[in-house]
Amino acid sequence: MASELGVPELEGWVRAFAAAVAEHRDELTALDSAIGDADHGANMDRGMSAVVAALDGGPPADAAALFKLVGATLVSKVGGASGPLYGTFFLRVAGAGGAGPWDAGTVAKALRAGVEGVVARGKAEPGDKTMLDALLPACDALEAALAAGQPLADAVGAAATAAVEGRDATKQLQARKGRASYLGERSIGHVDPGATSAALLVEAAATALVPAQG
Amino acid sequence: MPRVGLVVVSHSRPLAEAAVTLARQMLTGADVAVEVAAGTDDGGLGTDAFAISEAIAAADSGDGVVVLMDLGSAVLSAETALELLDDGVRDRVLLSPGPLVEGLIGAVVVAAGGADRDRVAAEALRGLAPKQAHLGGQEGSSSVA
Repeated sequence: MASELGVPELEGWVRAFAAAVAEHRDELTALDSAIGDADHGANMDRGMSAVVAALDGGPPADAAALFKLVGATLVSKVGGASGPLYGTFFLRVAGAGGAGPWDAGTVAKALRAGVEGVVARGKAEPGDKTMLDALLPACDALEAALAAGQPLADAVGAAATAAVEGRDATKQLQARKGRASYLGERSIGHVDPGATSAALLVEAAATALVPAQG
Repeated sequence: MPRVGLVVVSHSRPLAEAAVTLARQMLTGADVAVEVAAGTDDGGLGTDAFAISEAIAAADSGDGVVVLMDLGSAVLSAETALELLDDGVRDRVLLSPGPLVEGLIGAVVVAAGGADRDRVAAEALRGLAPKQAHLGGQEGSSSVA
């Protein structure tokens, strides 16, 4: 059984994320209308649709080219803050993960680099009610599961569970970054839209990042 | 004489273009390169890091560029745009924390007068000073009581 991920599996992750964003587009926008500028679903769907259109033109040469394409498309096409944030995530993933194929350790290293890119770009901290509140617990869970000797599929599943829990926990937080921070205490009681799309990203990884059999 | 370029980054193209029109009112004769990177390519509200990097390159004549932004993604996209530029150009660019409209007006005036990049940036940063001085400069002012 192969234990490495190539372009087909990694592209599958990107496409699964695009499909999840399209499916949850209205939900993401509804969450954003409660505490933001009501464009997160539309923005992310526009960006990920552009990514899918680019991928439909032919498979990228390698994993680095794949994630560079995703990042470059998102920084240009999303329009809102999630463009530079998700775009930087994928550009850092490309740089840290490299051409591939990727083993489990490379997946963890690439995701950590991507999340650190989000931290550097957005300057948010844990508990600020942002996408990081889903991404940071997911990274921690992934690394802990791999360190405990779990196979990649299980570790990514643990990461998805942690991301969903982190997303849900944003409901009680007061926003300290982005448009929602203008609302102050009125941002409490709403799940953060960025954490919601970030949980979709990690859940997509859990379904797609299964090493090829045989 | 230095020729410092300016770039206006906004979610809204009409907002950016109107700000440039307002600022250019201050120019008589002298011209300043002011580029706009604003809105999504389908005409909506949003910012585009690639478009910003292209605007910076267009505004740059070798003496530096000062970028003024509105809020949120405009700031993040401008920072991302720096990563997309060649090292030589990036080193000449300064992202201004100054206010978009007032900062642009001040920056355009001193840039037209041949100020260098840091002087233009300083003028953009103090863009609120005249209004603050007039209204008292206190948080939440002014009181009419």
